[in-house]
Amino acid sequence: MSGHAGTFAAPARAAVRRDRWRGVRTAVRYAVLIVVLVFSLFPILWVIGTSVKLPGEYLRNPPVWVPQEPTFIHYQNVMAQRGNLALKNSVIIASGATILSMLVGSLAAYSMARLQTGGKHFAFWLLSQRMMPPVVLIVPFFLLLREVGQIHPALGLDSHAALIALYTVFNLPFVIWMMRAYFDAVPAEVEESAQVDGSTRLRAFWEITMPLAVPGLIATGTFAFIFSWMEFLFAVVFTRTKAVTLPVAVAGFSGSQGSNWGQASALAVVAMLPVFALALLVQRHFVRGLTLGAVRG
Amino acid sequence: MNVAESTPGSVAATRGPSFAARRRIEGWLLVLPALLLIVALTIFPLIQALILSFQRWDLQSQEHPFIGLQNYRDALVDPRVWGAMQNTGIIVVGAVALEFLLGLGLALLFVGDFKGKRFAMPLLILPVMVAPIVVGLTWRMLWDNQYGAINQTLSWIAGREVNIIWLGHRDSALFAMIVTDVWQWTPFMFLVLLAGLSGVNPELYEAAALDGAGWWQSLRDVSLPGISRVIAVAIIFRALDVFKVFDLVYMFTQGGPGTSTESISWYVYQLGFKFFRLGYASAVSFLIVIFLTIVATVYVARFVRGAEA
Repeated sequence: MSGHAGTFAAPARAAVRRDRWRGVRTAVRYAVLIVVLVFSLFPILWVIGTSVKLPGEYLRNPPVWVPQEPTFIHYQNVMAQRGNLALKNSVIIASGATILSMLVGSLAAYSMARLQTGGKHFAFWLLSQRMMPPVVLIVPFFLLLREVGQIHPALGLDSHAALIALYTVFNLPFVIWMMRAYFDAVPAEVEESAQVDGSTRLRAFWEITMPLAVPGLIATGTFAFIFSWMEFLFAVVFTRTKAVTLPVAVAGFSGSQGSNWGQASALAVVAMLPVFALALLVQRHFVRGLTLGAVRG
Repeated sequence: MNVAESTPGSVAATRGPSFAARRRIEGWLLVLPALLLIVALTIFPLIQALILSFQRWDLQSQEHPFIGLQNYRDALVDPRVWGAMQNTGIIVVGAVALEFLLGLGLALLFVGDFKGKRFAMPLLILPVMVAPIVVGLTWRMLWDNQYGAINQTLSWIAGREVNIIWLGHRDSALFAMIVTDVWQWTPFMFLVLLAGLSGVNPELYEAAALDGAGWWQSLRDVSLPGISRVIAVAIIFRALDVFKVFDLVYMFTQGGPGTSTESISWYVYQLGFKFFRLGYASAVSFLIVIFLTIVATVYVARFVRGAEA
């Protein structure tokens, strides 16, 4: 900083250095990107590969990496047996839980965003519900469902309704936090002008705010669906035969080494692909969705 | 937020207090369905678990006598509780530390725009979108000592036959669980930190560069302080999530050999549904809740709130 020459030369030199670094940086970027992509995708390709290998191929040492005689026999077999029921159950339970939690959660979120119901403390209390490990609740849930089941079997253990109710409640804090942020983003004036024109709050909510919040609604609903679709602990504890979901059916193949890996993989792929399709829908909301809006993506 | 906060006062002033009261009732009515569900299916069961935890409740006994703090006293000296907590702790610390370091490295490398980003990003998040039980199945096959791709790859690298029974020993099985969790969740860390880094004001970097700061200095003095809250949030989210680890244990080892790879969720599940000791399982559950509440409260006060200031 002593003379004019110094102050002008320093940024120029820095710029030259930066340019050289930019080339290196680009090369490193793409090299790392390729390594990371291979590491990320390989296991997914492996399970897809196993699902089309015959036991002679997937039970070989050293392993066969690329299926030599691809076959869909495992898909046929597993869907002819328990796979079909599990897929149906998963669709019913995840859809039911998504619809219910979106309905109930959106109302609460709207109230918290527009009317400040409960304030900040209530919002954080809701959030703290998500902190608790689900395993803490399996014993009381089990007793509750057993009792309810004695009165009404369709609501007890091994029923769709039981898992729908549990997943709804577990999705609620997430749905409320997400939807609250989306409702906050809709200006209150838009809605208030509708109310001044004589429509009720509920109608203004339904006709003005809801359509504007549709992108958020879709993203949140998709996440709720994915969470319910993937859940395993409750599903394995509270189902036996009738309400078994895809994760439980996949886990049912575990056990001794190599037993039925083909069918297990086929069912795993059936469980995996719909989520990949949905993931494309929520890609933009990914960061926000998985941190309950704590980090804006 | 600001808009909504400023309007109610002015509107209420023109229509009197009855409007505010009506508004409040209306608000709670809308929240009521959600609140009822949460009370019925979270608060009520929690209270029931608390009561159970003071009872002897197992398969043999027809009656469920209150036994005070006996379950808690047993739990605190139960070697399986401590073993499971230790395993869970190892997995949490190992997985979250690796995910953070890898995620941060990747985020620093990929911040800003570059060709192929729109193509690569959706592929990178795929592991997060795989159900944990499917991840467990997939990696169970990969870790397999005879038919798995991991020993095979290591054999190629080493130039000789490698036959590690990954899931047959405690240390290697815990390592396998950590690596598997790192595979699934590093993309999450990466994207969250990337979102944070993208939000740092670029002028700060320019100012640092003009002051002669090198790469390391601008990382230490600009990037990391700028995303400290994002880091704090990402770490607590991951840590609380890994703490629940159950699906991987179920698919990899079922807690074995012996009980050496049990996680705390796995042990509670065993207590409840293999041994049917519901009272004792509830006591262990409550100890977990107490433990996590303390850890999370201290953490939030220390790091998340602290980072906001």
